[in-house]
Amino acid sequence: MSTLTRQTLTHLDWLEAEAIHIMREVAGQCANPVLLFSGGKDSICMLRLAEKAFRPGRFPFPLMHIDTGHNYREVTDFRDKRAAELGERLIVRSVEDSMARGTVVLKTPDESRNKHQSVTLLEAIEEFGFDACIGGARRDEEKARAKERIMSFRDEFGQWDPKNQRPELWNLYNARAHKGENIRAFPISNWTELDVWQYIEREQLELPSIYFAHVRPVVRKNGLLQPVTDVTPAKPGDVVEDVQVRFRTVGDITCTAPVESAADTVAKILLETATTTITERGATRMDDQTSEASMEQRKKEGYF
Amino acid sequence: MSAPETLPGITTGPDDHGLLRFLTCGSVDDGKSTLIGRLLFDTKTILADTLNAIERTSAKRGTSAVDLSLLTDGLQAEREQGITIDVAYRYFSTGTRKYIIADAPGHEQYTRNMVTAASTANLAIILVDSRKGMLTQTRRHSYLASLVGIPHLVVAVNKMDLVDYDQAVFERIRADYLAFADKLGIGDVRFIPLSALNGDMIVDRGDRLGWYEGPTLLQVLETVPAAHTEQAENFRFPVQFVCRPQDSANPELHDYRGFQGRVESGEIAVGDAVTVLPSGRTSTVKDVQLGGASIGRAIHEQSVTLLLADEIDISRGDMIVKSVEQPQQAKQIDATVCWLSETPLSPARTYLVRHTTREVKAKVAKIDYRLDVNTLEHEPATTLAMNDIAHVTLKLAQPVFADPYADNRATGAFIVIDESTNNTVGAGMIR
Ligand SMILES: Nc1nc2c(ncn2[C@@H]2O[C@H](COP(=O)(O)OP(=O)(O)O)[C@@H](O)[C@H]2O)c(=O)[nH]1
Repeated sequence: MSTLTRQTLTHLDWLEAEAIHIMREVAGQCANPVLLFSGGKDSICMLRLAEKAFRPGRFPFPLMHIDTGHNYREVTDFRDKRAAELGERLIVRSVEDSMARGTVVLKTPDESRNKHQSVTLLEAIEEFGFDACIGGARRDEEKARAKERIMSFRDEFGQWDPKNQRPELWNLYNARAHKGENIRAFPISNWTELDVWQYIEREQLELPSIYFAHVRPVVRKNGLLQPVTDVTPAKPGDVVEDVQVRFRTVGDITCTAPVESAADTVAKILLETATTTITERGATRMDDQTSEASMEQRKKEGYF
Repeated sequence: MSAPETLPGITTGPDDHGLLRFLTCGSVDDGKSTLIGRLLFDTKTILADTLNAIERTSAKRGTSAVDLSLLTDGLQAEREQGITIDVAYRYFSTGTRKYIIADAPGHEQYTRNMVTAASTANLAIILVDSRKGMLTQTRRHSYLASLVGIPHLVVAVNKMDLVDYDQAVFERIRADYLAFADKLGIGDVRFIPLSALNGDMIVDRGDRLGWYEGPTLLQVLETVPAAHTEQAENFRFPVQFVCRPQDSANPELHDYRGFQGRVESGEIAVGDAVTVLPSGRTSTVKDVQLGGASIGRAIHEQSVTLLLADEIDISRGDMIVKSVEQPQQAKQIDATVCWLSETPLSPARTYLVRHTTREVKAKVAKIDYRLDVNTLEHEPATTLAMNDIAHVTLKLAQPVFADPYADNRATGAFIVIDESTNNTVGAGMIR
């Protein structure tokens, strides 16, 4: 360091410090928060950030996953294992239970359950009286997220009104909410996909195996690789191929597609991420392709 | 896929020049969106599918060439109205630095949006249309940037292609601006002629501005100091959360009391003498930790846990400072306030002021005057409407531990909250 320039944090250290600060603000301002943990890479980073924020104490919030019942076993197994290793409480609430209660009604049996997670999430918020949900969404993921606040306000119906959000100045976050209202807090808002992978590499974070290259039967559709599974069987006329793939994001089986890749280590994934030509959602989300505004619509209905 | 020589966007180790937050401001149609699109495009941050979506949208709206400005408008409601309504954040990264752009739109809610965007920025790009020169808006943006304490300004003289890349036009705008900036007392101002549309002098120099010998816009962004100030600042540590594991099975943790927060300014190391506010109790730093592991010291902007040698009762809202450099304890503050809410300020009401991690009740004692942000003239006022900026005196129910905003952005700033709606209705800077 030269004597002229003040010492500053590297970009990853800065992002880490900001995320820790946000998590502690939620813990300090909210009475009953919860951290949403899916077993995916963003929420795995969130757990490491929570460790850095609160250890040697326990997390001042439980973990929760809204399970569509259509998640990859590798991911849900990892989710359970990681929560147990950390000794933190994991709550799982299932879209299938909402279906049984009749609060989620699918239009057709094979309709994706992804967007219905909103209903189950709102039910869980009410069941436990959570006043804040800490999530791993990033502003670079999607256009409708670029204007999202770090502390995003949701009304009694869980709705996000883009025109009724609180201005956020400096690092003074306002997480106040009346009873029944809810704050969604996004500590890694300012991270990009590349930052996430760099953090995974630096912190040597373990990931579910399907993030790394493996051979899997797929069908090519609309420029995406659609995995062939029990939930998404091949249809008559489909050409099933065995392709070496990895997942860039892991979510509901019916709407998350892998990409062709031979990257079997974090270092190789980093290299691919830095040189890739397609955004994470574009390459992997079957649900976002339909409409430019689909994420915005889902968020208005209470999505994460 | 073959590996390129340098990896775009991968920054680690000593080559990592940290993170720079900047904002762009300009009047409608000065080319702000095109400029941002150009920066993202030329640093190869725009990926193929996004570009396809833009091409589709351009075609749908009947524009033939790819309109880079479409990259930066977000929400459906905005697209329908063809305007932007809120601050949007965008990201790009070069080999050495990560950037966060705050993009604030330019219509009537502008003051509020710009103050919001500027509050976290260390550099502002002020766009000027070379054909129009300095406008009232240019003055307003510059004033707001200086008010919020942005240390570096870049005046980007855009659309040089429309004035034949004429040096005389650029020099005239520079002279006009400098005459005005002198009055404002803005320190670091630079001028760059450019064409956002053609990409001249943004990332690439182009070959039509040969007379200009200064750096490109990206070169300025890459080399400007990332820290908000180069001056040594006093140590300020507002306590966010207290960690008391009280683990009876583990005797070491039984008495553990960790004070968690972010070093808002200055630095701290094991052995430093500290004072806790408001109690005034003193102690020394026993350990500085991150995630339960000792790290010995911490610098500006780091989130850490402090352990003290003595057992002192400390809770959220308290502040740990070095004993030799204490802030003021103030129950009355003079501040410049920007009103953010559609509901006007009511001097009869009690509001909540959040200053660092502290929340106190507050009432307006006096509105000294309102500022006309275009002429900088003072006008009398009895209330404040959205986008108003005023000098205000506030009375607080409990003291805050404050420094003047000009000396310390973190302990000089506060927000005003309306308890009935919980909305953030004002932003203040202590004088
Ligand atoms: N000729 C020329 N046109 C430009 C330049 N920059 C932007 N424009 C055009 O000016 C118009 C307004 O630009 P836009 O980026 O949307 O402005 P904004 O309202 O400030 O975001 C668009 O038609 C752009 O194509 C430039 O450098 N040269």
